[in-house]
Amino acid sequence: MPGRLEPEPIPRRDFLGLAAVWSAVAAFFAAAIGSLRLPMPAVFPESNSKVKLGPPDAFRPGTQTHLPEQKLWVVHDEGGLYALSTVCTHLGCIAGKEKSGEFRCPCHGSVFSKEGKVLGGPAPKALGRLALSLAPDGQLVCDTMTAVDPATRLKV
Amino acid sequence: MTPLDTQSAPASEAPRPGGMSTFLANLLDVPRSLYDSIVRHGPPTSDRTKSQTVVSNFFLHVLPAHIHVDSLKFWATCGLGIVTGVLFGLLCVTGILLMVYYKPSVAEAYDSVKDIVFVVPTGRFMRNIHRWAAHAMVAFVILHMARVFYTSAYKAPRQFNWLIGMVLFVLTLGMSFTGYLLPWDQLAYWAITIGANIAQSPRELTDALGVTSWLDVGGMQKELLLGAHYVGQEALIRFYVLHVMVLPLATCIVLGAHMWRVRKDGGLARPEKPVPAVPPPVSVKELPASTRSWGLMAVVKGQSPHVGAEMEDTVPAYPGALYAIAALSMLTVAASLVLGYLFDAPLKELAAPTVPENPAKAPWYFLGLQELVSYSAFMGGVGIPGIVVLGLGLIPYLDREREDAGVWFSGRRGRTVAVASALFAVAWTVLQLWFTVRFGWLRNWYPEIPQLAITILNPGTVIVAVFALWSIATVQLTRSTRLGAIALFTCFLVSFAILTYFATVHRGPNWDFYWWPSMWPRH
Repeated sequence: MPGRLEPEPIPRRDFLGLAAVWSAVAAFFAAAIGSLRLPMPAVFPESNSKVKLGPPDAFRPGTQTHLPEQKLWVVHDEGGLYALSTVCTHLGCIAGKEKSGEFRCPCHGSVFSKEGKVLGGPAPKALGRLALSLAPDGQLVCDTMTAVDPATRLKV
Repeated sequence: MTPLDTQSAPASEAPRPGGMSTFLANLLDVPRSLYDSIVRHGPPTSDRTKSQTVVSNFFLHVLPAHIHVDSLKFWATCGLGIVTGVLFGLLCVTGILLMVYYKPSVAEAYDSVKDIVFVVPTGRFMRNIHRWAAHAMVAFVILHMARVFYTSAYKAPRQFNWLIGMVLFVLTLGMSFTGYLLPWDQLAYWAITIGANIAQSPRELTDALGVTSWLDVGGMQKELLLGAHYVGQEALIRFYVLHVMVLPLATCIVLGAHMWRVRKDGGLARPEKPVPAVPPPVSVKELPASTRSWGLMAVVKGQSPHVGAEMEDTVPAYPGALYAIAALSMLTVAASLVLGYLFDAPLKELAAPTVPENPAKAPWYFLGLQELVSYSAFMGGVGIPGIVVLGLGLIPYLDREREDAGVWFSGRRGRTVAVASALFAVAWTVLQLWFTVRFGWLRNWYPEIPQLAITILNPGTVIVAVFALWSIATVQLTRSTRLGAIALFTCFLVSFAILTYFATVHRGPNWDFYWWPSMWPRH
């Protein structure tokens, strides 16, 4: 007697029918996911993420230079040079420097210290530090897509 | 006379078949025969021809031939769904007209919108109508959802249509969001930058868990949306395709299913009339043999929906329902025209990717979310909206109490619960906002606290948790899931309204608190 413990074997005709239906469903979803692959960009339209910032001598020790086009500040402290991104880590607005030296984001009120550490607001992490290097022609180069450790300094 | 003569004699007077005169007669008859080929029934004077008017017309057959008199009363629906649909139609028409001049390219988009406003004949008017109708559509979708909720119109057999309505709600927000970028002004650019980064905000969670390097859902979503890492040409063309093609088409299809389903689920929800008592089935054996011919009918048990006094309370949909819909449509269009004539849609300066608006505010219906986002990007932008949409979708499957469909607030008790919940939500939301503005939150007290703690515990999640507790307490106290649902829905609706108001009026530059926009510092 077929029952819950010994179920009746599925007839071959039903099995083939179900297999056909589920193959069609699987094929449909595979095609749908495959179609979604197209809008996932393989190449990004961005221009080169490395920007030349000029000769390093322009950033004298103890100064902080604002480069609004690159959305960053170049700071020269005792250790050397570092680049501080002003793109807010919350939702991508541009944080502006207050008179007190703190950074404040206009969109949702995140507050960052002079060094970029979070002091308040919704930002989940500190402002980014971007990779600095020297180009063969001696100019200072910033890679705006590469984040580095906050302790990193470029000695010039 | 021969038989041949009898045939030929009248033919000499009447036009010969196939001749020029028949052609002329047919030509003169074209208007009438054209009308007869379209409308194949008499004028709508009798009950039968009124039904035919509705049923045999493609555009009218969305209506039933007969409609219950209670469904035509204003408080049955408040006409909210019709108004939403009419606004969608108006948006399609004005949108197509705007497409004639709009150019979806970064270099030309802003200029083409300026052309539409300042050069194109009626362009400013059309754009204004499009803008205000879009805002109104969002408002009416929400009002329509509230009406359906408070009149229990989501209950069996209408559960699935509630879900279809949820899809339409999300599609409406999607259309608003994608349309927001197209003018390519400061408002558009920064609202979409924020929106795209909200799509990326699952990173807040994956970063906190340390798994972003191999599972970056947020980054994928942002790349899919923008086609780049910033809002640029790729993003503009994607938003354009979504705004003018994908989302409206999806809305048309889903809207069709939504309205079809209203009919299939038994028409508009309305209170059940007390059913006249059915006499107990007569046993055939008790009857004398001569009356047995109707015995079969007598033994039928229960009631079919078509049996009973219901038919007496219906009227032909023509003209009652049709005129009501036509009047609402005219009112909606007229109101949109007046708004479009009186108020100009905003157009700010050309988008500047290095200078954010301060404050950068989303459109009003997203401002409640923006306030939540200012506590935690992931929770405010993804987590809490996800919980709300999931919760709304589950309502008809959790609340299965069958009584009261079509009654506002399910009666006196429900009204009490709704009022109490509204007062509670006002009190709690205002208290929570006051506390957050006055004392700050975890990050201000413990700057080193891990982000995960703030993602989990922030003013937004506290509000959601408190409302959930309030609703559970209501279920416990009243022993009714329907009343618990009323409590939860009311809390969220009222809180959404307060947060929207708060972010609109009381948030200024740097998202600081100000009593009035006139107190914002001038730069």
